[in-house]
Amino acid sequence: MQNKCGQFFTSYRQENRLFKTWFERFWLLVLFVGLILYPLCFDSYVLQLCMINIAIIAAVSLNVLTGACGQISLGQGAFVGVGAYAGVWFVQSGAAMLPEWMFVVFGGPFIPAILCGGLVTALVGMFFGIPSLRLKGIYLAIATLAAQFILEYVFLHWKSVTGGHSGMAVPAPEIFGYTFDTYPRMFYLTLACAVLMVYLATNLMRSKPGRAFVSIRDHHLSAEIVGVNLFWYKLQAFAVSAFMAGVAGGLWAHTARYLTPSPTFGIGLSISYLAMIIIGGLGSVLGAVYGAIFISVLPICLDLLAELVGGFFPELATPIKATKGGVFGLVLMLFLIFEPEGLAHRWRLIKAYWKLYPFAH
Amino acid sequence: MSLLDVTGITLTFRGLAALMNVSFTIEEGEILSLIGPNGAGKTSMLNCISGRYHPDEGDIAIDGKSILSMKAHRRTEMGLSRTFQNIALFKGMSVLDNLMVGRHSQMKYGLLASMLYWGKARRHEDMHRRRVEDVIDFLGLSPYRHQVAGRLPYGVQKRVELGRALAAEPRLILLDEPMAGMNLEETEDMARYILDINEEWGVTVLLVEHDMGVVMDISDKVVVLDFGSVLATGAPEEVQQDKDVIAAYLGGEDETFLGR
Ligand SMILES: Nc1ncnc2c1ncn2[C@@H]1O[C@H](COP(=O)(O)OP(=O)(O)OP(=O)(O)O)[C@@H](O)[C@H]1O
Ligand SMILES: [Mg+2]
Repeated sequence: MQNKCGQFFTSYRQENRLFKTWFERFWLLVLFVGLILYPLCFDSYVLQLCMINIAIIAAVSLNVLTGACGQISLGQGAFVGVGAYAGVWFVQSGAAMLPEWMFVVFGGPFIPAILCGGLVTALVGMFFGIPSLRLKGIYLAIATLAAQFILEYVFLHWKSVTGGHSGMAVPAPEIFGYTFDTYPRMFYLTLACAVLMVYLATNLMRSKPGRAFVSIRDHHLSAEIVGVNLFWYKLQAFAVSAFMAGVAGGLWAHTARYLTPSPTFGIGLSISYLAMIIIGGLGSVLGAVYGAIFISVLPICLDLLAELVGGFFPELATPIKATKGGVFGLVLMLFLIFEPEGLAHRWRLIKAYWKLYPFAH
Repeated sequence: MSLLDVTGITLTFRGLAALMNVSFTIEEGEILSLIGPNGAGKTSMLNCISGRYHPDEGDIAIDGKSILSMKAHRRTEMGLSRTFQNIALFKGMSVLDNLMVGRHSQMKYGLLASMLYWGKARRHEDMHRRRVEDVIDFLGLSPYRHQVAGRLPYGVQKRVELGRALAAEPRLILLDEPMAGMNLEETEDMARYILDINEEWGVTVLLVEHDMGVVMDISDKVVVLDFGSVLATGAPEEVQQDKDVIAAYLGGEDETFLGR
């Protein structure tokens, strides 16, 4: 079997490796060294980088459910919210419920609380996934939209847990006595979590359950014929997806350190996650990563641009700021027209070109 | 005991009968062909066996055990697999992944193992990959291994679908018009594959096909359906001589059609 020009595999295990060449491994290493050094050298945009890590987790979670399994969810933003509140609850009031050994193994309540928050979100996700047995496409979208509004209502009115309208403060996380109370520290924590989640999702997508998810999306009748239990696998897709969204929520709460229900976890957030996976490429884990980065970085770039132009032509600064939303929408639209298969697809094309270099044909 | 027993199956769609009191049996190792004019109910019969339609009356049993109450995916675990009249591949997946999904019911590991991709999950993936490669070699699909299934030529897609059904290592495979729309060469290849599946892989075959030449050549037994009921059952030569069959197929005019 052949991959790159002149590269042959001698075993299936070799072919199934995530990073097949030293070249790929080298650039990955460079990327991570760069990311790790960034907060040490610069101190602007670190919070934004934290939020990008969190957006990556949430977008990957939605891509498992919607991109791979074909079950549209308009409630992912609310699932992130559930994870945020549940995570905070388990750190504080719920900590007493956790078994003693967890504190010892994980160095305090933070990690168990994030995991339990994810599990609670998974249960909530499975519950709202039940209609997917009967509903497809746009009808399922409406059902998950209902989930979004129901959960937002709960966030607002379950005051003892969520603090209602006025919100609540969140303590800084602590693991083995080390406090993550600054943005750079949170950056490393969220980066580690994002890497872990991307790794888990990639494994999922290249093995049995991931293939079953895609088979349901592509042709659910044949999926059943090859032996996929449709209901069970749809529920699993909802569970995994909501779990990851919940972890993203827990990290969000501990990065922002203050939680208000609306509009933080509103429908706007759900839709921006959808935009991320559509821009990045439906069904591809890396696509979700690219999409999350693109959608998060674009407004920052537009701000910078506005500032830059405003520096030269002060009278233009206000109109540019005002049209920012429109420009954002326009860029997305152009993107969908010219790159309908997403960033991941473009990346594959570029790689395919260089694979055969210099023998391009 | 027969591998598959179909007894008195009746299926109606809003009062219109698609199948009426259909009975036949398939012995282990046989190739049985189900033939009949368009709309005779052949696909409906396969759908009843594979679990997509639920007959109003009658029973379907594998090894004497009724499968009617089982869901489609459970029947697959019992050793049943099939192809469709209109190609029903997972269009967005590679050929390899299509065949790997074909082995879904054989893979015994869960969500957590898959996410960690250590130990059991990884061993199983390698093992199943090896089996799938056997199917790929057998059907000559290796040039297409990593290509997206939906973009392949029609004839290749038909072969991939056969491969997906075969990857499940079924005991009984249901083939719904595998030669439809193929040219002579492709038809001959497909007939060869079906014979090999039967002889080398030891799979029992239930074949639905309009190409009478192929049917008469490779079948051990033929069941003729017309307007939802069984017109004749027997060896190919017997069926070819049957007066009712000739009448149904040709309106009693041209007797050379069935005989080649
Ligand atoms: N889902 C359905 N709803 C209503 N009627 C149906 C349905 N499926 C099949 N039928 C009817 O049942 C009869 C048998 O159809 P079937 O598809 O089984 O025929 P066939 O023998 O496979 O024909 P062909 O050779 O054209 O594939 C037809 O009259 C068809 O209209
Ligand atoms: Mg048919």
